[in-house]
Amino acid sequence: MNQVFPHRQTAHCESGVIANLATYHGFPISEAMAFGIGGGLFFGYLPFIRINGLPLTTFRTTPGSIFNRVTKRLGIGVERRTFQHEERAMAELDRQLAKGIPVGMQTGVYWLPYFPPALRFHFNAHNLVAYGKNGTDYLISDPVLGEPVVCAAADLARARFARGALAPKGKMYWVTSVPKELDLAPAIRKGIREVCRLMISVPFPLIGTRGIRYLANQVERWPAKLGDRRAILYLGNLIRMQEEIGTGGGGFRFIFAAFLQEAAEVLGDKRYLEMSHRMTAIGDLWRDFAVAGARHCKGRSGAGENFGDLAQILRRCAEQEHALFTELATLVRER
Amino acid sequence: MQENDVPQDEALFDGKKEVCYAVDESGRYVLAESAGWEPANIANLQAWEVIHADITAVLARVRAGEVSPLAYHMARHQMDAKLLAGYAGLFAWQVRRHMNPGPFGKLKPARLECYATILKTTVEELCRIPSD
Repeated sequence: MNQVFPHRQTAHCESGVIANLATYHGFPISEAMAFGIGGGLFFGYLPFIRINGLPLTTFRTTPGSIFNRVTKRLGIGVERRTFQHEERAMAELDRQLAKGIPVGMQTGVYWLPYFPPALRFHFNAHNLVAYGKNGTDYLISDPVLGEPVVCAAADLARARFARGALAPKGKMYWVTSVPKELDLAPAIRKGIREVCRLMISVPFPLIGTRGIRYLANQVERWPAKLGDRRAILYLGNLIRMQEEIGTGGGGFRFIFAAFLQEAAEVLGDKRYLEMSHRMTAIGDLWRDFAVAGARHCKGRSGAGENFGDLAQILRRCAEQEHALFTELATLVRER
Repeated sequence: MQENDVPQDEALFDGKKEVCYAVDESGRYVLAESAGWEPANIANLQAWEVIHADITAVLARVRAGEVSPLAYHMARHQMDAKLLAGYAGLFAWQVRRHMNPGPFGKLKPARLECYATILKTTVEELCRIPSD
């Protein structure tokens, strides 16, 4: 039952798993395409959700939603299961693998033995694919790693039943049917429309470009409100959410720019290419924020640099993203 | 980000590379390997410093007899009472109670075994005041 699986290393686990599974089933799509069709780009600053006592900032939509939307928009049939018991979850996995079907799973990263120790936090929305079994070990295609790896059954079971926020509950999913051919254009339009709506049209102050502005105002107040030490912890956490492994850099902005570039080709419209270039520039601006922020964390900030300057960079991000998504929303409505 | 600007600042990934998106000379997006990026490394290191400071603080309290060794093993695994309770099938207040030396000393072997398995250690290790 061991087989070849088209493992590709990707920046982000969820869209990577979708792209790799779709490729296995005969539809080679890129990670960026999966990310865009799934409407993956987002911004949310949710201080009432705490992770290790630090406010949650997210640059992507909720875990699982990219997968759900991509499969729905492309007409790919999927079976999903969650479990109460470890034994049943592992037995079902074995059953599917025995049929030669690669299975995607949601797991925690903390208990995965092959994961770099420096990245082992209690984060439960990781995705990977098991594509075969070697004795009692599973052959795993983990999209954030360069090569497929082997994982012992006990470790995999533990990762599948990690507890805490977003507990995966042994969640597994596999492709049951594929359409005759992929119709990318309407799916791309839907993805773009959705991202535009979430970024500029939701009447809630903590998400979209309004959320970025709100965050900017908060960042400015952190040193006075929290004291220097906590302010720096908050800032470090923000940079981590934006830049750490899985984002492709610039808080997913570069992946989305790559998607817009592909969209320009599929839709045959040069204007999306122009949008892609602007998105890249916005991603670079986010990177500038990370550079300036990290200088603060290291205590190397120059004279006159303060949290107000960081807030200014964020406001520029918000302003440019708002302009971009407004235009993109108009553009995508045209036929 | 330009392809030749892709940062190669060695991170704590055991030499593993991550991929990120960058633009090549012709303006096309490519996937480029990156060894890490200094600002992200700083932020990651900071997160670990907080965890290590926490472990050290808990260790001092274990030695002073203020909390049970269970608290040390939890800190080592970045767990709070709620998370460990999730794994053990208990209520958080029960775990919090077991973090006190008194109630911890009275735990039944089966409960200790359960905690030891979750925390990837042995019962002896779990009950001993850590020397290092």
